[in-house]
Amino acid sequence: MALASPSPLPTVRPVSLAGGRVLPVLPALAGLFPGEGLRRGSTVAVAGATSLVLALLAGPSAAGSWCAVVGLPTLGPAAAADVGVDLGRLALVPAPGGEWAAVAAALLDGLDVVVVRPPGRVRAADARRLAARARERGAVLVPLGPWDGADLHLSVARSTWHGLAEGSGHLTSRLLEVVAEGRGAAARPRRARLWLPGAGAPLAECAATRPHLLGAPA
Amino acid sequence: MSEATRLLVAWVPDWPVVAAGAGAGTPAAVLHANRVVACSAAARAEGVARGLRRREAQARCPELVVLEHDPGRDARAFEPVVAAVAAFAPRVEVVRPGLVALATLGPSRYFGGDEALVACVTGAVAGARAGVADGFLAAGLAARRGLVVPAGGSPAFLAPFPVGVLDRPDLADLLLRLGVRTLGAFARLPAADVLARFGPDGAVAHRLARGLDERPLVAHEPPADFAVQTELDPPALRVDTAAFAAKALAGELHAALSGRGLACTRVCIEAETEHGEHLARLWRADGALTPAAIADRVRWQLDGWLHSADRPTGGLTLLRLVPDQVVPDTGRQQGFWGGSAEAGERAARALARVQGMLGPEAVRTAVASGGRHPAERVTLVPWGDAREPARPPDRPWPGQVPPPAPATVFAPPLPAELVDGAGRAVGVTGRGAVTVAPARLSVDGGRWDPVTGWAGPWPADERWWDGAAHRRRARFQVVAGEGAWLLSLEGGRWWAEASYD
Repeated sequence: MALASPSPLPTVRPVSLAGGRVLPVLPALAGLFPGEGLRRGSTVAVAGATSLVLALLAGPSAAGSWCAVVGLPTLGPAAAADVGVDLGRLALVPAPGGEWAAVAAALLDGLDVVVVRPPGRVRAADARRLAARARERGAVLVPLGPWDGADLHLSVARSTWHGLAEGSGHLTSRLLEVVAEGRGAAARPRRARLWLPGAGAPLAECAATRPHLLGAPA
Repeated sequence: MSEATRLLVAWVPDWPVVAAGAGAGTPAAVLHANRVVACSAAARAEGVARGLRRREAQARCPELVVLEHDPGRDARAFEPVVAAVAAFAPRVEVVRPGLVALATLGPSRYFGGDEALVACVTGAVAGARAGVADGFLAAGLAARRGLVVPAGGSPAFLAPFPVGVLDRPDLADLLLRLGVRTLGAFARLPAADVLARFGPDGAVAHRLARGLDERPLVAHEPPADFAVQTELDPPALRVDTAAFAAKALAGELHAALSGRGLACTRVCIEAETEHGEHLARLWRADGALTPAAIADRVRWQLDGWLHSADRPTGGLTLLRLVPDQVVPDTGRQQGFWGGSAEAGERAARALARVQGMLGPEAVRTAVASGGRHPAERVTLVPWGDAREPARPPDRPWPGQVPPPAPATVFAPPLPAELVDGAGRAVGVTGRGAVTVAPARLSVDGGRWDPVTGWAGPWPADERWWDGAAHRRRARFQVVAGEGAWLLSLEGGRWWAEASYD
């Protein structure tokens, strides 16, 4: 009986402190983020699609992070489960009322990703306070809708559904074009074309176009 | 003089069935997770037994009345029984709904002997059986047979019973394979060898088999400063508000005890009302009580008090947990990677704080569930409650809306309008065809979007056997503009049930 030859030692890599500061996202979304993931302490505003928010939560949730969604009574948790969010680590506060900012601040203390939809216009002081709390606690704040001072804005440029004809079929897949733009390293807009959902998988990169930098020479 | 406490155990057979209100003659069974957990005598006569699947039970007894398992209901209905037994002795311990124990030393002298006390208790509680013996295991077995085992006679009484009555299936299985079939044979093994071979739990079982208490009697009661209490302001009138406070209290008690390496096996739940009424009840457990187990018992007890016939006249102002019996905690092994447990505790603290701000119902969590409609595919339960789905998820649900699931579900649905090119409302004929082709859609009075694709009608004729819950709908998927919608037509009106946004 031959003994298996000892496998070569894995290359020792320096411990990256910054690595622990980034929450992993699903591979198809990584191209939208300067650090290839959600940087702890940052604010990422999302506009245009609830399913994009759920896809954003799926990566951290699958890696063991705790997530909460505040002020979104219409959220369909079945869609969250389908895209890969662990429902056991997802807390919902559907109706925080006037105390939404206090609730979000309390959740930022203990959870990793907090999605919040403010009921109306957000006072600049509230926005600053929540962003500061997220930075201090190493959590990620994901406001839905317009938000001043976010590190990154994700928005939907185009959304096309497939699967329906005139009177037959059913919805199967959707091509979503997402634009990410922000401050600092994210100042140049990045685009991604995603299948959300895809015909076979809940989320896939659209092979036709890789996420690329806008305005870069072709 | 025997080492064990002399106990009277009163037992109401098939308590979950009795609590559910099934008549004595009806064959009924209580099911949990598709298994029979209790059944009535009439059902047993037909061959129904604990542990059977629903289908097997119904095959043996077609007229079987199936009841849902509800520990809260069991405990609630048991409170009057405990109150009746408590008339004979001040310290009645609730082991679980359906089973109480009390020390007979004083009461037996007062009522003129163990037999007289048994007669008093069985006379006060219809359908109950009671027995007296030294030690909890012997007393429980005596209760099933309505016997009074003479003082010091427990070892001889227990000896012929099979090892299965210890209620430790793994241990019993092992003992059988070692050729130890009866409690008498098990009791004859040397205690030190049993501890060495079967561990602390085996040692406890060995003490029980010898007719002793689970653990040596401790000479001292726990010092009173382990009691924890919380004032409820405003006074709690509902069970859930008080139970929420109790959850934090249970955690506090557990932390205080575990800090000293102790665990609680018997806890006294006390409450005071704004009118000065004082309520107290003792609960005992076989092993150490976890915070969740303490919180469950407090909720059951509060449920029992607040729903009993002589319920307190005012709201509860004070809640106190007194550890009545403590034992050294044998401890539990922490996960090697402590990180995730710590993150979970941090999250739990933050969520408890939000529950404190908005009420326990405000923070919810979703549990995968079964159903046809996207909203039915999850059950929302308050954070911290048992994650139990309302409908089993692992069944086929014919007529289910095909995946993907919509990210936005409107509850209640939004009014919508779906018209053809000429502005006529789209309808569905009795044969399941659309009257005109959809061309434009407006949801909730919003702008009109041109329809680029649609599918339907998918008829949904739900619960047609139930007049009140019967609903007939026709569902459509419609793509209009950049949005995709799940629409339904019910009674001639269009509704947007969900949006695939």
